[in-house]
Amino acid sequence: MTKHSSLPRGVAVVGAGMCKFGAFPEKSSRDLFVEAYQDMIKSIDKGFDPEIIETIYTGNYSSDLFEGQGHTAPLIVDAIGLAPRPAVRVEDACASGGAALRQGIIAVASGMFDAVLVGGYEKMTNLPTSQVTDALGTAADTLFENPAGFTFPGFYAAIATAYMQKYGMTPQHLMKVALKNHENGALNPKAQFNMTIPDWMKGRVEAAIKKGKPAPSWQTVWDFLQDDAANPMIAWPLRLFDCSPVTDGAAAVLLVPAERAHEFTDAPVYVIGTGQASDVALHSRTDLTTLNAAKIAAHTAYEMAGVTPDDIRIAEVHDCFTIAEIVASEDLGFFAPGDGYRMADEGVTSRLGPKPINTSGGLKAKGHPVGASGVAQIIELWKQMRGEAGDRQVPGDVPLALTENVGATGTTCVVNIFERR
Amino acid sequence: MTEQTAARPFTAAAFNQYLKENKLMGARCAGCGAIYLPPRSICPACHASAMEWVELSGKGVLAGFTVITNGPTFMTKAGYGRDNPYISGIVKLAEGPGISARILGLDAKAPETIKIGTPLSVEFLTQGEAEARKTYLAFRA
Repeated sequence: MTKHSSLPRGVAVVGAGMCKFGAFPEKSSRDLFVEAYQDMIKSIDKGFDPEIIETIYTGNYSSDLFEGQGHTAPLIVDAIGLAPRPAVRVEDACASGGAALRQGIIAVASGMFDAVLVGGYEKMTNLPTSQVTDALGTAADTLFENPAGFTFPGFYAAIATAYMQKYGMTPQHLMKVALKNHENGALNPKAQFNMTIPDWMKGRVEAAIKKGKPAPSWQTVWDFLQDDAANPMIAWPLRLFDCSPVTDGAAAVLLVPAERAHEFTDAPVYVIGTGQASDVALHSRTDLTTLNAAKIAAHTAYEMAGVTPDDIRIAEVHDCFTIAEIVASEDLGFFAPGDGYRMADEGVTSRLGPKPINTSGGLKAKGHPVGASGVAQIIELWKQMRGEAGDRQVPGDVPLALTENVGATGTTCVVNIFERR
Repeated sequence: MTEQTAARPFTAAAFNQYLKENKLMGARCAGCGAIYLPPRSICPACHASAMEWVELSGKGVLAGFTVITNGPTFMTKAGYGRDNPYISGIVKLAEGPGISARILGLDAKAPETIKIGTPLSVEFLTQGEAEARKTYLAFRA
C-alpha cells in the first residue's frame, strides 16, 4: 500500500519565519502571513531574490468560516507580490499546515520545482468562542459524530477517559503537560502565552488585590489548576488549561533542492522523511487511546529517513489538548503505550530532559492558529537545530528532529523528519 | 427485510429517518458479512457494493465519554451549559461497531462516578423546536 523509499531528490529548508502569535483585532490572515514571510526572508542567511519562488502551498483550515473569506491562496500570493505564480490552499483541518508542507516537499522532491514557498495561516479571534467551537466542529463528521453533542475538547476528553481507564492516568498528570509547555512558552517571545502557569496565578492574585477584591486562597499551582473558577471544566476531564487557545497567526518556510541549499545558507535543515495517513471516525476505532494514522505516518517517515524513534533529539507534536501530547509521545514510538503520561510526569519530555517535546511552548502556550500550526512547528526545529533558540535552546546538538501534526481526532496525521548535517 | 427497507440508500438521511422510526439500523455487507454503523455503501473490508440494512440490538457498552459544559450552538439552544451539562460518549455495540451518541441515565454532575464499560441500551431522543426538531441517537445506562 505505502512506498517507504527515500525522497527521489533531497529537500532542504533554507528559511523559516513566523509572526507573533496572539489575538490581533486589526490584522487579517493576509497581514499575518506578510509578517511571517518577512520574518522568513530575514532568516535566509545569504539572502535571496523572491523572484526565484516558483509555486506556493498554503495551509489554511477555514478562512471561510473565521473571516468570511474563501479562496485565500491567490490573495496571499498577491499580498507578498508574487502573482502570477500558482498557489494552492491545502485543507486538512488542524493538519493543513503539515499537509501543505508535505505537498511542498513532494513538489521539490519530484524535481518539478526548485524553490517552493510553504505557508500556513489562520485568523480565528474575530468570532466569539461559541462560533469558534462550531467552526472547529466542522472538522469532525457533522453527520454522525456532532449530533452526539461532541465538541473538539469533548472528543479528546473521550480519548482521555479511555486512556485513564486503561492505564491509570489521572487529570493531574495531564496538568503536567500544560505546566511544561507554558514553561517553554515563557521563553518564546513569539508565543501567545509568554508566561508560566505559576506566573499566571500570581498575576491573578495581584489583579484581585489591586481591584480591592479578596485574594484567592491558592497555596500552590495545583490549587489554582483545580479551582473551578480559575480553571473551569470545559469537557470533563479537560479544563481550560488542558486546551490550546484560539489564536491568530501565520508561518512560512522556503524549500529548495538539497544540492542547492548552500546557495542560501551554510546551515540548512534537510527534510529526510515524510509520512501522512488518514483514519476513520473516532467511534469506529478499536482502541481510543492511540491515533493509528499518527503511527502509520510516523512509521512511513522513519522508514524513509532510515532512523528510529530513539534517534530523534527533539519533537514538536500536536498538543491541541494535553492528552494529545501524551498519546503522540507513544504513537511516535518515543515511549511504550501507557508510559507517555509517566514520562511527562517525570520530566523526561521537559526542555532539559532526555526527550524534549514542544520546546516552543507547543500549541498549548505558543498558540494554535490551526492552519498555521503544522508550519510553525518547523520554525522551532529550524531554530533549535541551528542553535538559534535563545533562552530555550536545548543543550547539545540537535542532529535529528520530528514534527507531528494532527487534523481533527487524528483522521489526518502528518509526520516530517528533519536532519542537520 | 421488506422491499421498502431494501430500497433505502445507505445515507445519513436514511439512517436519520430510521431513528425517527425508533430503529437503530446498520449496513451489512452481503459479500463478507461485515456490519457497519454508521451505514455505508462500500465495504472497506472487501470493497464490494452489496450492502443491506440490518436492525441492530441496541445493546452496547460505554467505551469513552465526556461531560460537556461548553457545547455547540444546537446544544446550548436546547438549554445545555455550565449549569446543565450533558454526556456525550462512544458506544461499542454488541454487534461490533462503535458509534457516537448522547448518554443518558448517568450523573453528568459527577463524571468521576461514570465507568467505562457501563452497559447501555439504545434510546431515541427527540430534541429541538419546529424545523430544528430531530430524533437523536442516545443510549441509556
